[in-house]
This record gives sequence, structure tokens and C-alpha cells, in this order.
Amino acid sequence: MINGSYQGKILRVNLTNGDVKVEAINEEWAKKYIGGRGYGTRIMLKEVDPNIDPLSKENKVIIATGPLDGTLAPSSGRVMVITKGALNGAIACSNSGGHFGPALKQTGYDMIILEGKAKEPVYLWINKGKVEIKCAKHLWGKPVDETDKLMREETHPEAETMAIGPAGEKIALIANVMFNGHRAAGRTGVGAVVGSKNLKGIAVRGNLSVNVADPEKFMEAVYETRDILSKDAFSGGGAALYGTAMLVNVINSVGGFPTRNAHDAYFPEAEKISGETLRDKNLVRNEGCAECPIGCGRVTEIKEGKYKGEHGGGPEYESVWALGAMCGISDLNAVIMANYLCDRYGMDTISAGSTVACAMDLYESGFMPKEDAPFTLNFGSSDALVESIKRMGEQKGKFGKLLAQGSYRLAEHYGHPELSMSAKKQEFPAYDPRAIKGIGLEYATSNRGACHVRGYTIAAEVLGTADRLKYEGKAELAKTFQDLTAALDSTGICLFTTFGLVGKHIAALYSTATGNECDEKEFMKIGERIWNLEKLFNLKAGFTRKDDALPPRITKEPIKTGPSKGEIEKLDKMLDDYYKVRGWNEKSVPTKEKLEELGLSQLK
Amino acid sequence: MKILMLDPLKCTGCRACEYACSFKHEGVFNPLDSRIKISTFLEDLSFVPSVCMQCEEAYCAEVCPTGALIKNAETDVVEFNKDKCIGCKQCVVACPWGSIKLEHTGKEIIKCDNCEGDPECVKVCAQQALTFEEVEDAVAAKQKGVAVKYKEIAKEMAKGVNP
Repeated sequence: MINGSYQGKILRVNLTNGDVKVEAINEEWAKKYIGGRGYGTRIMLKEVDPNIDPLSKENKVIIATGPLDGTLAPSSGRVMVITKGALNGAIACSNSGGHFGPALKQTGYDMIILEGKAKEPVYLWINKGKVEIKCAKHLWGKPVDETDKLMREETHPEAETMAIGPAGEKIALIANVMFNGHRAAGRTGVGAVVGSKNLKGIAVRGNLSVNVADPEKFMEAVYETRDILSKDAFSGGGAALYGTAMLVNVINSVGGFPTRNAHDAYFPEAEKISGETLRDKNLVRNEGCAECPIGCGRVTEIKEGKYKGEHGGGPEYESVWALGAMCGISDLNAVIMANYLCDRYGMDTISAGSTVACAMDLYESGFMPKEDAPFTLNFGSSDALVESIKRMGEQKGKFGKLLAQGSYRLAEHYGHPELSMSAKKQEFPAYDPRAIKGIGLEYATSNRGACHVRGYTIAAEVLGTADRLKYEGKAELAKTFQDLTAALDSTGICLFTTFGLVGKHIAALYSTATGNECDEKEFMKIGERIWNLEKLFNLKAGFTRKDDALPPRITKEPIKTGPSKGEIEKLDKMLDDYYKVRGWNEKSVPTKEKLEELGLSQLK
Repeated sequence: MKILMLDPLKCTGCRACEYACSFKHEGVFNPLDSRIKISTFLEDLSFVPSVCMQCEEAYCAEVCPTGALIKNAETDVVEFNKDKCIGCKQCVVACPWGSIKLEHTGKEIIKCDNCEGDPECVKVCAQQALTFEEVEDAVAAKQKGVAVKYKEIAKEMAKGVNP
């Protein structure tokens, strides 16, 4: 029996035949991979052939918490969705805030393994450990916010919910999984995998406690870390005041804010969509995820114009960028409306916004015939943005169906895949690698496709003291951030805590909660192990060095205006350095020695 | 006399107070064991804290047949004596706030005791939605807040513009 803050149990639900099993957490795996992302990936490697079609019933979806979920550790309510991703077939772990993670823990389970495929739409109701598979035919087709409300009405008013929207049901490759109606496990198309299983959602409510191994030392660490976060300028100040969108002006001011499908990296109208403007014009209140002292979440309302009266959660920085600058749009109300629509349909805002930008690029360059576009599709058109999002969500017509598969498939369809601003077919987020060199290496090597939250080098390159335009040292930087994040994600704590906390703080929370001895060095080693574990899955799925790439626009077309004018990203040299730093060969395969060092030899 | 002040406008719904409360009193993390409760209204994205108000006319104490609940005039807290409780749950029925609760097994009564003057929930509320203040100070601050608004109106009136 495992001790500390684990509940020690895994729920396994076979959707094909309705079988429900309870299994014990493997103690050795918990020590090696912590929980959540790391543990879930280990299950995937054991139980799922990396070569399968991600949308086949052989794929599995793991809904997982970490050992810090359900405790008072700061920002410790993350829930992770681990599967073989629909967007690119790589190992996917997408995580979300909200209150679902702690609630799942209170039902007595650390994680749920979902297998097979239900004959017709269903949702799960996990009530104090008891599992019921309920009919969801009446919920199919309903938007996420309404589904959340109906599930709570039918189960318990205080249940916490997970749901997919119409996008996931229709297997849009950019579909996400939503929690509490407006929090997203956004990336890699996890919503499409859930939809392929005919699973509309999960409602959970529990009554069990979470214990920690060393209560006195744990609470010391809790109060120390909460205090640091409250005093930090970002986590204790700017993030609450302006939300993550405070970064709009910060990133634009260094000329690293991809604009009009990355034709440029400086948006002269950035101020109109900044966190400061959002606060002035639309903010109703702040929202905090479970146990979070930061409260970066936005509750907003549109107060004028054609969307007047609409209200909801967000947008956060990446969404403002993708639906705004990337499409050349500075109409904040339209950006907010598009963000609400993405949440309701259950679509990833980064991929959705970048895909509309790609469509605008194809349209303006003449690669998309005029008759294929249902309306004029120029950069800067806020009506085109909102209408495109609706068509994607509903998969209306050829246009809607094409865009719902993301920018890579769209651009490939028109013979110009190079116009998709993606790596491993996943759209990159709101930092231009030409202006911030290390983040490009991070996008290219990220195990789930281009992503900023696998290794947020921005913290050092823009918010810290590293030179953003230098290549030296970026391989080490990317590795450090990637390893730290892999371990940190697996504990269930939010990445934003790292604005104030470092590895030793998280290691202290983790070790006092679980009783697993762990200092900063060991914590980083676990992170490296998880990173290599994910890499092994991807190698088996057929990914090679050539997939660690960036779009030619980033590596060949200099930035046209702004503070980073003239810059391009030189990826190859950084990649060579990175593989060396990782202990991988030049083909990006981990060496025998590295796998032995990490205790992964048997998995090769 | 200090009272717990709850400000729903500042509350972000993170529920850290619930976890701090349950840990302080029961040594575990369980929102059902928390004396304080955050109600979330997702449709309106609103969050409302509620906790025992330590009523002057405490119905819970009045209805208690064994004297397990008594209003202490000195500390101003409605004190709960577990040894005298027979578990009839009439206090749960009587409380107009829903702040006399049963812990997670549904067997024992729990209620807020202001942590003997040092509330744990206040310590973890990063947004200062929960504060523990002298009641006179709290009233004065509220009066001042309202007065600031009236001051602006008075300025306009002084210009001869009747609002």
C-alpha cells in the first residue's frame, strides 16, 4: 500500500463492454515517474502500441492527477490527459486547471484509464468511488458550457466536470478536453481521441481525504512557497492584475510577437489587445484554479458592439495572440468572442487561431481559390475570424471541415504545407523563434509538437537574464526547462508557480507530501527520465530527427519590422548541441548509456 | 471584538481556505471537513464564501438540548463541546447559514471556532477576500468607502450641478 498523498488506486473503465476495475498504483513506478504525466506515459508505453491510429479503439486515454493534487500546495489542482495525440500521433499530455483534479482524488482514485469505444454516446459519473456509465445521447451536440451545467443537474450540483464539445464529437484534430466548462486541456487533439471513444464527459464528486506523509514539514513548504509566490512581481502582482495577457506588450516590445501568420514578429496595434486593455474594458473579476494564490484566470464580459452581453472565462495570453495578432486582428471584442466560441465548441485556441491565420495567408497568396472561401478572408478581418471559428466548430462545408483538422492539413491540401506555422504538425504558440532563439529549439524538440509549456525558456530569455538573440547555451537551457517541467507537471502543480519557485521548492513539496526522498538533483533526474520516456514512445511511433523542425518562414525569412528586424532562426547547430547535451546520438536517439543511467534500458 | 469578513467580490474561488481549514482541524485535506465553504456559481462565474457568523442570537445554541453549543460572551464565539453532543443534528436544521456542518463521514458536527483568534483561512487567502478584523474598523472602512463616492457627488453639487 502506497503512503503519503497518493490515493493508491487506479480506475480502469472499458467503454466497449462497460467493465470497471480498480487497480493498485505501482509503487516503483510512482517513485520513478511521480504520477500524472510521467506515470501516465509509462502506462501508455506498456499498454499501447505507439504505431496505432490514435483514433482507433486500441488507443487509451488516461485522466490523471499528481501527488500534489488535493493538497494545499500552491496551484496544485492540475489534471492531465495522456494519450497518443490525434493531431500528430506523438505522445500527448495536455493539462488543465480548474477543480477536477482534486475532486477526482477525493473519489479515491489517482487516475482513470479509459479503454475501447462505447457503442453510443456515454458519460461517466464517479460518485464517492462508485462508477456509473450513463447515456449521453441527449448531450451529444451540446456546447461545453451547457454540457457542464446539464451534467451537474443530472448528477450533483457540486460535481466537477470534464467534457468535450461538438468539435471533439466530430473528431476535429484540434479538439480539446474542457474542465469545469471553461478550463482547457488544450493541445494535441486530445478531444478528438475522447470523441472517438463516444465519451462525452466525466462528472466526479468524492468525500475522501488526501493525507500527506510529513504534515509538519509539508505545511512549512506550503507556507514558504505560497509566500514566495505572493511576493513575486509576476505571480503576486502582474498576473492577477492583467492575467497572462500582460505578456502581449512584453513580448511585442522585443519584437517576438508573431503577426499575420508570422509574416512579421511585431504588431503595431498590440496595445489594443493587451492585458492592460482587457482589464480596462472587459474584466469582471479574477478566477483562481484549485488552491492557487496567483489567480491569473479572467472572467470577462463584452460590453459593447455586436457581441455585447456575451460573457465567460478568458482569454489568456496565447489565445489573445492566436486569435488576435496572428490573424492581424486588433478588435479585442472579436478576439474575446472567438475565444468564448472555441471554449464552447471545445477547440484549442492556439491551433484554431493559427489555422485561421494560415487560411488567411493561403487566401491572400492565391493558393486557396476564392470559391473555396465562404467569405473574404483577409488578415485583419474580425468577422472572418468569428465566422471561421463557427464553421470549424460545426465542420460546416468543405471550409469548416478542412480548418477543423488544423493548419498543417489545411496548408497541405492546398499544396503549401510550409505555410503552416507548426512543428510536428502542431501550431506553435505566441513567441517568435527568430527573435527568441531558445524557444525555437524548444518548439522543434518538444515531445508533443510545438509548445511553450514543455520548456518555457521565455522565463530566462525574455523575463530573465539570458540573451534572447544568442545561440550559445540554449541547448542546456531548453533541456533544463524541459526536465523541470516534466517532473513538475507530474506532481500536479501549475507551471506558473515557476515564476517564483525553483526545483528545490517543488522537490520539497513533493517529497514531504509523498515520503519519497527527493532533493532538487533527484527531481531534475526524474524529469529527464520522463522526457526520455516520452522520446522512446515517439521513436517507436516513427518520429526521427527530421521531425524536429521548424517552418521555413522561421528559418529563412527575416523578420521585417520591429526590434528584431532582420533576424532568422538557425536551428541545426542548436539541435546538434541539444542532442549532445541530452546524451542522444545525432539521429536524436538516446544512447545506451543514457538509458542505463536513467533506468530505462529495458524499455528500449 | 474581531469578526471574519467575507468579500465575494475579491474571492477567486480557489478554495485554498477550505483545504487550510480542514487541515488545521482534522489534519487532512478534505473540503467536506472544512468549516468554511466557497460556493461557486459557474454560469455567472461568481464565488461566495460562507462560514459561521457567530450569531448573537444563535439558533444552533438555542435548539441544542444538551448545551453542546454555547455563545461565549467573552470571546463572542459560539463554542461547540463535542463531549456533550448527542448527534441529534437539530443545530444543522436551525442554522440559517448552513454553517453548522457534518464532517465527511456524516457522523460528527463541525463548526468554525475562529481558530481561537488566528483563523487559518485568512492566512492562505492571497486575494484578501477573507480578513479577520475589529468590527469597528470594518464598519469604519465601509463607511469611508461609501463616503468616497458621496464626496465626488458633493463636489459636483458644489459646482451647482445637481445630480
